[in-house]
Amino acid sequence: MSYYFTILSPTDTPLFNIAFGTSKGGGDGIARFRFPETAQYMNQFIIHSSLDILEEAQWTNGAMYLKHIDTYPPAAAYISAFLTPSGARFLLLHQPPHLPSSTSTGSGLGSSSLLGSAGSTTRASSSSVAANPTSPQTEEAVRQFMNEVYENYVKTAMSPFYKQGMEIKSPVFRTRVTAAGKKWL
Amino acid sequence: MSANKTSRIGEETRVDKVNAELVTLTYGTIVAQLCQDYDSDYQEVNKQLDKMGYNIGMRLIEDFLAKSGVGRCANFKETADMIAKVGFKIFLNVTPTVTNWASDNNQFSLIFEDNPLADFVELPDDGRAQDELWFSNILCGVLRGSLEMVQMQIEAHFVSDVLRGDETTEMRVSLVRYIEDEMPPEEE
Repeated sequence: MSYYFTILSPTDTPLFNIAFGTSKGGGDGIARFRFPETAQYMNQFIIHSSLDILEEAQWTNGAMYLKHIDTYPPAAAYISAFLTPSGARFLLLHQPPHLPSSTSTGSGLGSSSLLGSAGSTTRASSSSVAANPTSPQTEEAVRQFMNEVYENYVKTAMSPFYKQGMEIKSPVFRTRVTAAGKKWL
Repeated sequence: MSANKTSRIGEETRVDKVNAELVTLTYGTIVAQLCQDYDSDYQEVNKQLDKMGYNIGMRLIEDFLAKSGVGRCANFKETADMIAKVGFKIFLNVTPTVTNWASDNNQFSLIFEDNPLADFVELPDDGRAQDELWFSNILCGVLRGSLEMVQMQIEAHFVSDVLRGDETTEMRVSLVRYIEDEMPPEEE
């Protein structure tokens, strides 16, 4: 599974984004999107296009974690959202790996056999986080991830040198988001 | 006075409490505002913080002596313990470690495990703040001001800060001289 995570301010300014891959089931934490050549802008495009749905979904219940809200089938991209009380949006795009036939597109180095076997174990346990983006396990894992990021976001926003609505450049925050991704996704 | 007794005074002295985040955010705002006002001239910001601290220290010592009820320290070592275990304990609820004494017993370091002023803080990422700004510099001024009021001229400065990526937060304090009672100049 590959992930693209972004934080948007209440006024739709992108504050932070990061791409990473799963670390579960032998994953190495590196994002491998299905269409690597267009992923960079397509991911942003897909994630931002879910904002309308997010705005509808945010009134359906009082929860901050809105679960899986949108799907973009052509890229098999699933969007989960988390809303902070102050209106910052956390959006996570997740994209399951290719079907078994075409998975082995990893690096052609000596480690490819290792990657291949790791991939097959991932597929074997189809209930794992990586395999099924809409399963309750995944929803739960994403919720944990969002909560951890939220905690760190609050800390970062409390820094006296951070101004509201400013891009989050803090390397500490980035490390912590990466760590949260590793831990839960 | 034994070290144990000193820490007991620190533990037992009752002071009004205030929410830690209020202190952290207030102090953080002051520093951020100073950085803005002085156009990120961090040397100047350090100086201003020290000056603010000095003015605080001159008043705070009175409050400190009244609340803790301690008397005169016999030597500079005792003073150091008093600062760490009573002063910092009652005002900031931390107890820095006193260490690295110079051979003449006139210089020591305070190592802060935990610095409530610097919670949540990340220094500005402009390539200079990490090398120039001493975020908690107000504390140096506080020590300088308060000790001056009890006849000790000291010099205090930070030598490392976890905010800068150092291992520890360390303040170096050195005694310059005991201020003797001086006759006012105009007197016969």
